[in-house]
Amino acid sequence: MLGKLTWGAIPFDQPIPFFAGAFVIVVVIAVLAFIAVKGWVPYLWREWITSVDHKRIGVMYMTLGTAMLLRGFIDALMMRSQQALAFQSQGYLPPEHYNQIFSAHGTIMIFFAAMPFVIGLINFVVPLQLGVRDVAFPTLNSVSFWLTATGALLVNISLVVGEFARTGWLPFPPLSELTYSPGVGVDYYLWAVQISGVGTLMTGVNFVTTILKIHAPGMTYMRMPIFTWTALATNLLIVAVFPVLTATLAMLTLDRYLGFHFFTNEAGGNMMMFMNLIWVWGHPEVYILILPAFGVYSEVVPTFSRKPLFGYRSMVGATMAICILSMMVWLHHFFTMGAGANVNAVFGIASMIIAVPTGVKIFNWLFTMYGGRVVYTAPMYWSIGFMVTFVIGGLTGVLVAVPPADFMLHNSLFLVAHFHNVIIGGVVFGVFAGYMFWFPKAFGFRLHDGLGKAAFWCWFIGFYLAFVPLYVTGLMGMTRRLQHYDVPEWHPWMLVAGVGALVILAGIVLLAVQLVVSIRHREELRDLTGDPWMGRSLEWSTASPPPSFNFAVLPLVESRDDYWRRARLAERGVVAPEPVYKPIEMPRNSATGFVCAFFATFAGFGMIWHIWWLVAVSLLGAFVTFVVFAWRDRTEYEIPAEEAARIDRLNRRARGEARAAVGAVS
Amino acid sequence: MTAFQAGAGYGDDRPEERGSPAAIFDHADPASKRIIVGYGFWIFLLSDIVMFSTFFATYAVLVNETAGGPSGRDLFNLHNVAIETACLLLSSFTCGLAAIGARAHNAVMYYGGMVLTCLLGLGFLSIEIHEFAGMIAQGAGPTRSAFLSAFFTLVGCHGLHVTLGTLWLLTMIAQVFAKGFRSDILRRVLCFALFWHTLDIIWVAIFTVVYLLGAGA
Repeated sequence: MLGKLTWGAIPFDQPIPFFAGAFVIVVVIAVLAFIAVKGWVPYLWREWITSVDHKRIGVMYMTLGTAMLLRGFIDALMMRSQQALAFQSQGYLPPEHYNQIFSAHGTIMIFFAAMPFVIGLINFVVPLQLGVRDVAFPTLNSVSFWLTATGALLVNISLVVGEFARTGWLPFPPLSELTYSPGVGVDYYLWAVQISGVGTLMTGVNFVTTILKIHAPGMTYMRMPIFTWTALATNLLIVAVFPVLTATLAMLTLDRYLGFHFFTNEAGGNMMMFMNLIWVWGHPEVYILILPAFGVYSEVVPTFSRKPLFGYRSMVGATMAICILSMMVWLHHFFTMGAGANVNAVFGIASMIIAVPTGVKIFNWLFTMYGGRVVYTAPMYWSIGFMVTFVIGGLTGVLVAVPPADFMLHNSLFLVAHFHNVIIGGVVFGVFAGYMFWFPKAFGFRLHDGLGKAAFWCWFIGFYLAFVPLYVTGLMGMTRRLQHYDVPEWHPWMLVAGVGALVILAGIVLLAVQLVVSIRHREELRDLTGDPWMGRSLEWSTASPPPSFNFAVLPLVESRDDYWRRARLAERGVVAPEPVYKPIEMPRNSATGFVCAFFATFAGFGMIWHIWWLVAVSLLGAFVTFVVFAWRDRTEYEIPAEEAARIDRLNRRARGEARAAVGAVS
Repeated sequence: MTAFQAGAGYGDDRPEERGSPAAIFDHADPASKRIIVGYGFWIFLLSDIVMFSTFFATYAVLVNETAGGPSGRDLFNLHNVAIETACLLLSSFTCGLAAIGARAHNAVMYYGGMVLTCLLGLGFLSIEIHEFAGMIAQGAGPTRSAFLSAFFTLVGCHGLHVTLGTLWLLTMIAQVFAKGFRSDILRRVLCFALFWHTLDIIWVAIFTVVYLLGAGA
């Protein structure tokens, strides 16, 4: 009836997971009860859960990413404290638990923190920057989000019911095969990542179509903001490589569930094929994460330098060059496989070549600032901190791209330091820059700038304290994923790294404080004009928060940075005449995404625990949901022209008053 | 009628745009819904082809890893495969007829084409299931060797797609029956037709790489 699921799956005998799990359950129940008692359920259902508005979906992605960042960071704190304590002792985490923690940390941070952050920003910003009202397939967008949430939920269920994988964030066979990992940990990994991966693939299809086919009038490719270009590159990569992940995980699943021999030791299986296939996805994946962060910097730096981006065309070229090159370097993750000197040389040189377009980008940002009137806001702090940190991470990356050096550094903490250097210094800083930059667009008030800078300094200093020691111990020969060690020279560095993690914790606390303080002081931080930063692209031309339809009339784009030109004209009194308002068709909300994810959760849980009837019932339910969705007769609703006019006139008046106020002061 | 106009078939939302050169080159407006849906579905199909290419690559790596068990030469019956191929290629033709019928709002042609497509698809599936069952019965199931794992996964994944396609086909028959040739339904018929033709393309690759090369080697 319940497959492999028994009471033994609940960790009564392990105090740390048991109490952590119990605590999470209590908090979740308390939050749900609070929402129910307050009577917010209908509001949440109508306005958020069933929403197909790309802005709402973007905010939900960011919320999911934040929750998972916290979960993944708790794992990080446990690892750093374990390694600080476990010098010539066992520390406080037994090996099988420690192995689950580093596996969960990597899985959660990449799939359920970084990906939702990046996709959330893309969701929120791209349609606004293109000057359109929604993405190509709004309901599909909702399905994508909820499938991602399903994956995150399954990973977190593993905390309480059963166990998580002990194989690292990529389940390398033969360790991940049934012979060596007989428990449900790897199955949790497989189904969580598989389900969320399908959601991500749908996002890729959706945004490639949106960016290539849905534009405001006059928004040609070479007028698109760089963030939209990087979003295009990222989504092209998603379409190109996530199917490889799907296929690879499906093969491992077949090995584990039906006794196939893709990656096993016996019957001709080839485990190195898994390494090749997973990294054919895995290396482009890091560019899927970093390219939109590059896009954020390319919006923030010109805005706060009050200058157009230096070298727009080279930026587009560099972005697309990285997009293609990223698929030609996967083998550098296993130079030690023994493919031979020539193969390694080809992939080593290809890896080093990627540094060229990335260097072009760095110089473009520097030259954008050069000669500009730089305004040092919090988003700018993150951007400059990124440039310094990312160059170091890039250089260590070029170092490990040299095969002989890689033979020494393979699987060492040097490597761990390198990829945290580029992911924290690149992706995470970019996400925070974007969060502080676009927050006023989403909610109509700015975030407290001083607290944002304080959070930046904690993250910046904490990062170096936590990861420079890993570079050093890596060079001293310390391998990654050690549950304990006996080398006295490593110990002080592990203590410093532990302190660094605590400084980063202070940065996270400050981010939370910043949000709370900003909400409490939202009236002082209010942005009435929709353009708090002297922005350049179309998202700043509408109100903050934008109405559901984004633009009452689709803007007519005549040049790059078209909004900047119009805003400066408006300052000199040249305001565009009021347009002719027409009724607007918008997609109706749909519960399809949520219901699909509901069934996907049970299907995944059933697969993990071999509860086959549950899988069958859930798949049937998902199919019925699709048919019900397909049977709808009214898929859109109309916003009358008067309503669009009313909303747009309010924004036009607010902007006019703000301009008048500035004029009176000067 | 120009080729472009002929292609702009299945129920355009804005017929006034059709054939106007300005609409093609100008960024006057977001593209029509038919263009967006067709384009998006093509992107999805490309991702599906990438997934198949992963299975093809795996098959190519593992094709000689028979672990002392049977190889393709011992197992493949080209006679059956020829019938399967004929079924699928004919079904692409009938699927095309159904699509033309839908575009012309010709119910007989649409239903006739779809039913024939369904029957040919089911014929293909029954031969494939028979082939698989026979192999498993003689001890050449997917657990026997890495080669057979790769074979069953690649060919089975195509078979799974045909199965889901048949389910979709039946749904589309029901949808047109219930809703008529509405423009949103016609867009789905377009997507279904693209899907079905893509399965044919993949089958041609399977026929060549797996069966012809395998039986000859």
